[in-house]
Amino acid sequence: MSGRQDQEGLPGPAPTDRQRPTGRRNAQGIRIDPEAEAEHPPRRTVISALVEHEPGVLARVSGLFSRRQFNIESLTVADTQNDDWARITVVVEEPDPGIDQIEKQLEKVVPVIHVRELADDAVTRELVVVKVDAERPHEVHAITEMYSGKTLDAGPRTITVELTGDEQKIDDAIDAYRQFGIREIARTGQTALARGETKTAVVPDHLK
Amino acid sequence: MTEQGAVPDFGDSERPPGDEQGDDAQRQTDDDTDCSADAAEEGADGETKRTGATSVVESLEAAGVDTVFGVQGGAIMPVYDALYDSEDIRHVTMAHEQGAAHAADAYGMVTGDPGICMATSGPGATNLVTGIADADMDSEPMVALTGQVPTELVGNDAFQETDTVGVTTPITKSNYFASSPDTVGEDVSTAFALADHGRQGPTVVDLPKDVTQGETDAEPSEPAVPGTVSVQERAPTADVAAAAETIADADKPVILAGGGVVKGEATDEVRAFATEFDVPVVTTMPGIGAFPEDHDLALEMAGMHGTGYANMAVSLTDCLVAVGTRFDDRLTGGVDSFAPDAEVVHVDIDPAEISKNIEADHPLVGDAGTVVEQLADAMPAAPDTEDWVAQCQEWKVEYPLDYAVPSDQSDDGSTPSRPPEDEPVKPQYVVETVDAATDDDTIVTTGVGQHQMWACQYWTYTEPRTWVSSHGLGAMGYGVPSAIGARVAADDDQSVVCFDGDGSFMMTCQELVVAVREQMDITVFVLNNEAIGMVRQWQDAFFEGRRMASEYPWVPKFDKLAEAFGADGFRIEDYDDVPDTVEAALAVDGPAVVDVYIDPTEEVYPMVPSGGDNGQFALSRDHL
Ligand SMILES: Cc1ncc(C[n+]2csc(CCOP(=O)(O)OP(=O)(O)O)c2C)c(N)n1
Repeated sequence: MSGRQDQEGLPGPAPTDRQRPTGRRNAQGIRIDPEAEAEHPPRRTVISALVEHEPGVLARVSGLFSRRQFNIESLTVADTQNDDWARITVVVEEPDPGIDQIEKQLEKVVPVIHVRELADDAVTRELVVVKVDAERPHEVHAITEMYSGKTLDAGPRTITVELTGDEQKIDDAIDAYRQFGIREIARTGQTALARGETKTAVVPDHLK
Repeated sequence: MTEQGAVPDFGDSERPPGDEQGDDAQRQTDDDTDCSADAAEEGADGETKRTGATSVVESLEAAGVDTVFGVQGGAIMPVYDALYDSEDIRHVTMAHEQGAAHAADAYGMVTGDPGICMATSGPGATNLVTGIADADMDSEPMVALTGQVPTELVGNDAFQETDTVGVTTPITKSNYFASSPDTVGEDVSTAFALADHGRQGPTVVDLPKDVTQGETDAEPSEPAVPGTVSVQERAPTADVAAAAETIADADKPVILAGGGVVKGEATDEVRAFATEFDVPVVTTMPGIGAFPEDHDLALEMAGMHGTGYANMAVSLTDCLVAVGTRFDDRLTGGVDSFAPDAEVVHVDIDPAEISKNIEADHPLVGDAGTVVEQLADAMPAAPDTEDWVAQCQEWKVEYPLDYAVPSDQSDDGSTPSRPPEDEPVKPQYVVETVDAATDDDTIVTTGVGQHQMWACQYWTYTEPRTWVSSHGLGAMGYGVPSAIGARVAADDDQSVVCFDGDGSFMMTCQELVVAVREQMDITVFVLNNEAIGMVRQWQDAFFEGRRMASEYPWVPKFDKLAEAFGADGFRIEDYDDVPDTVEAALAVDGPAVVDVYIDPTEEVYPMVPSGGDNGQFALSRDHL
C-alpha cells in the first residue's frame, strides 16, 4: 500500500464539502417534487402490432418482452386478411413509461409494420375452453346458456364448453363453473381490433 | 481502405515460418499451378457456375466492402471459396472468431462503415457472440456471416449445428437465415444496409451450406433496408423551438455528447453549438472524441470514473442537452440523483432511447448533426453562461486529474508529470508519455479494467473515431483484436496504440500472430499489475480486501511472449525507461508489445460507486 492515492487520494473538496443539487428523480428517471413522490402505477392495456408474416417474428417479439422484463398477461398471433401479414395482440400491465417503451421497442423489430396501444373502446375478445366434472350436467348447461357458451363435448364424466367474451366475462364464467370442479382450462388470450372507422394498424403505402 | 491488397512486406526481417511469399503471392501461385477449384465449379458447357456463395461475395463487393475478418471452417467453406476469386476484398485470417468480431467492430468504429466478420457454424458462430454483443451495446456497424449446416440437417442437432439466429436475436438489430441461393445475396445486402442505417448496429446472416453451394442466376443487389424500417432525420420545428427556448433561458446548461455524436458525424455541429453559445461539454465514454478535450469548454468524461468537474457540472446543471446517448448506468449512477435539477433536451435517432432511463422534457428524435444545427438556428438568444463557465473552470482547478506527485516536488511547484525516480511506474504517466509522443490522430484501443480508465482520463482526445473501446459490454480481450481492426481501417500515417491490462491481454493475445503475419504497425502497452486490477480495487473497497481470484501468482513475460509470436518485445520497469522505451516501441514498423511493470497499488479515481450520486464522487477510498 505505497500508492499515494491510498493515503491521500486525489486533490479536491470532499463529497461533504460540495454544493448539492436540490431536485430528485424517481426510479423511472422522472424529475419529481421531493415532497410528493410520484411513481406511475402500472395499468393494464392492449397493444396491437401488425407484422410481416415471416418465420421467427413471434420469437423476436416474445424474446423482446422477456429480455426487457415487460410484464405481459397474454399474447396472441395469427393471420390477417393479407397472407403477408400477421397481427400480434398483447395484453400488458406496466406503468406508463413502460407502455411507451414497449411500443417503441416493438416498432424497432424489423418485421413490425405498425404498433399501437388500443383505446379503451376497442373491440376485444377472448375464447376459453373449460372442462368440468359432469356430475351435475343440467346445472353446467344452465351456466353455459347464461354466458352464451357452447357445449363442445358431453360425456358421462366430463363436459367441455366453449365461451367467448371480453376478459371480465370469461373470468366471471370460470368462477361460475368452479362449483362443478374444473378439470382443465385453455384460454386463447385476448385479441382485438380498434372500434369503428379507427384503424388498428396503419400500413404505409409502399408496403400495401 | 489503406492496406487494401498490400502484399505483406517482411523486408529483411525474419519471415514467419511457413510463409515464403506472403498471402497474395501464395494465392497467385495456386492460381497458376492448380485449377482444381475452378474446374470443380465449371458446368458441362464450360461456363463458371454462379452459386449462392458467389452472390454473397458479389453483394459484399456491391456494398463497397474491402475487408473481411474471419476464420475458416466446414460450413462456411463455399463462401471462402468464392472469396478466393474476389479482387476487391482482402481477407484477414484471425486466430479466434472473437478476434474477428472485435476487429470488424473496431473497423466499423474507425471507418463508420460496417465491418465484416465471418465464421463457420457451431463453435465458429458462438465464438463471434461476444463481439456481436459488444457491437450491439455500442451501436457499431457490423455484419457477421456465419456458416450453417445444410438446410435438410437443420433441427437435427447435426455436427456443428447451433441455432445462430436464435442465439443472436437479442444481440443484433436483426438477423437472417438464408433460405435460397436466389435470395441469399439480397439477404446479405439487406443485412449490410440495416447495420449501417439510422442507429448503427450488428446484423447476422446465417448461411446454410446447401444455400451457398446451390446454383443461381441472381445478380448482386444494392444494399437497401427493409420497407418496414425508417428513421426521422429532422425533429419537428415546434419541438426544436421549445427546446431552444429552454436552453436560452438556462443559467447552467451543459451539453452531454454521447457516442451518437461520433457515430452520427455530428462533432462539427456540436462544437459549433458549444462555442457559439458558450455551453460547457461533457461526454460519455463512447462520446470521447466528440469534443476536443483540450478546449476550454471541455469538461471531459462524466460518470463512474469521469472527471470531478464533469460530474459536478452534470450534477448541478439546470439544462442538460444530451445528444446521442442512452443514459447508461455507468454514466448516470443512481437515476434519482442524476442531473436532478435539469430540464433534459434529448436528441437521439432512436425513439426508444427517449425517456427510457431519464425522462426527456424535450425529446428531439432525429439525426444528431441535423437536430443540433436545427437547435442552433432556433436559439432566440444565447444563454447567459458567464458565471457558469467560470464555475466550471474553477472546478477544473479544484479537481485536477492527478497522480503521484512526490511531496518534495509538488511543494516547489514543479510539474506533476515529473515522476519520482524511486517509485514504481505510474500507469497514468505511461499514458501521458505515449500521448505526448504520438500525433493527435493516433487511435487508442483498450482492454477493460483500470488501464482502460487511465487511457480515458490521461490521454487528451481531440478527434472523433480515435477512441476505440468496449464501453457497454465491457469485454476484456477487446484490445489486441480491435487494434488490428483499427489498423486495417486507419490511414497509413495514423498510429494505432493499444493500452491493455495483463488480464485482458491474456484473453486475446493470440491475435498478435495476425499482426505479425500481416506486418501491422500496432503498439501494445500492457499495463501490468499482475492482477485483474479493477476487480482487486473493488475487493479492497467493497469486499473488505478479500482478494479472491484477482491476483496472479505468475504472469508471462509479455515482451518474451511477443517475441515468440514474432513481434518486437520491450519491458519497462523504471521511470527512467519510460520515455526512451516508448519512443523505441513506437518506432518499430510492425507489431510491438511493451510490458510495463506498473505500480500495482495504483487505483482509479475519481469514482462514483454503482448506483451512487455523481456529485458525490470519491477522490479516495475514504470517500466511498
Ligand atoms: C470477458 C470479461 N470477463 C470478466 C470481466 C470482469 N472484469 C472487469 S475489469 C476486470 C479486470 C481486468 O484486469 P486487467 O485486464 O488486468 O486490467 P486492470 O484492471 O488490471 O488494468 C475484470 C476481470 C470483464 N469485464 N470481461
